[in-house]
Amino acid sequence: MATPVKVYGPAASTAVSRVLACLLEKEVQFQLINVNMSKREHKSPEYLKIQPFGQVPAFQDDSISLFESRAICRYLCEKHGNRGNKNLYGTNPLVKASIDQWIEAEAQSFNQPSSALVFQLVFAPKFKIKQDEGVIKQNEEKLSKVLDVYEKRLEESRFLAGEEFTLADLSHLPNAQYLVHATDRARGLFTEKKNVWRWWGEISGRESWKKVVDMQNAPPA
Amino acid sequence: MEAKKKLYGAVDSPSTMRALASLLEHQVEFEFTLIDLEAGEHKKEVFLSLSPFGEIPVFQDGDLTLFESRTIMRYISHAYAVPGKDHIFEEPNLQGIVAGWIDIEDHQFDPPASRLLHEILHKPSIGLSTDVAVVVEEEAKLAKVLDVYEERLGKRKFLGGNKFTSADLTHLPNLHLLTRTRVKELFETRPCVYAWCTGIMSRPAWTKVVDLIERSKSQA
Repeated sequence: MATPVKVYGPAASTAVSRVLACLLEKEVQFQLINVNMSKREHKSPEYLKIQPFGQVPAFQDDSISLFESRAICRYLCEKHGNRGNKNLYGTNPLVKASIDQWIEAEAQSFNQPSSALVFQLVFAPKFKIKQDEGVIKQNEEKLSKVLDVYEKRLEESRFLAGEEFTLADLSHLPNAQYLVHATDRARGLFTEKKNVWRWWGEISGRESWKKVVDMQNAPPA
Repeated sequence: MEAKKKLYGAVDSPSTMRALASLLEHQVEFEFTLIDLEAGEHKKEVFLSLSPFGEIPVFQDGDLTLFESRTIMRYISHAYAVPGKDHIFEEPNLQGIVAGWIDIEDHQFDPPASRLLHEILHKPSIGLSTDVAVVVEEEAKLAKVLDVYEERLGKRKFLGGNKFTSADLTHLPNLHLLTRTRVKELFETRPCVYAWCTGIMSRPAWTKVVDLIERSKSQA
């Protein structure tokens, strides 16, 4: 019986939760090891051995260590092709390419404005850091333009890469979850677009994602 | 008859160079079409139907249309893998590490590299002055990233493992541009990084990419 894989980082971290969602979709057993970032545990010499850039998540499976949440997700899908959700990363190069493309769109176009808004609207007030209205407005505009592209895409396609839920959709769950459920302001950017809102309902309603949200809301260990 | 493979890109575009590098490394035959960014060609409806974010490059292979240079690179490395010369590992453990370093380039290396190139190369070319404070700040960030690379390349000949892979290729465009500026010092002062850089930049396929871009510039 394989030993559970190890994921290091707090479930509240968007990048960590991306990996958790994938593990649950693939039905791969894992152990979540918390890293207390307010105590700067992610910059400790021991942690830097497994993640030299001092960020979360870090990941260990048998003898290998990996970092970068999207790379970890791809790895899990390649290694466990026949477990859990088999369509998560496609079954042939053409389908994979389409999924990769929308993972990149998330990483390049969606991630920056959505992360900035998550920080400004959710984490800054929490950690009593002053919000920057200029930054908020600028990123709201950027994100709105990105969601215009998604709106058009989702008119023709049930999910971003085609008719199946894939890593491309999963990649968006962490940031969008905060924006839709922890803010009023950014939530509007999603609700005002018919196809985007339909898509959000479907992807966030998946059992695997609901479990991740429960982990995020659980009291600290 | 098989439809011709097409790459649409621009001359002064690291992303275009990334896609070209992958195509040339895999000896894929394709047609290269220049998109005039200054004339706003990438914002026109006909282009947006291929690339919804209006980005270049775009790659067409039969019915498949792809945007995002790293996606094109990944696709080519799998779909056109040449045994013995491939940029991928079949073993998930080994390929997982390659995938990690592709993302490291994207998230750690590219941001300071791009900001430096913007300040040092792009701004002067449009009549704006370089902000030296930003350059100093971004060089410090890049230096920290290169310290991690130095340690990694002390243990492995290439970033992704013991052979050249997409994890190395993806760095070529920014390396090519940065090492022609004052930033080259950050590379020259790190022996493992420097050996790696000069090695990968001297690959025949990369030399062809540089040549193709220079020729396109003189014709544009």
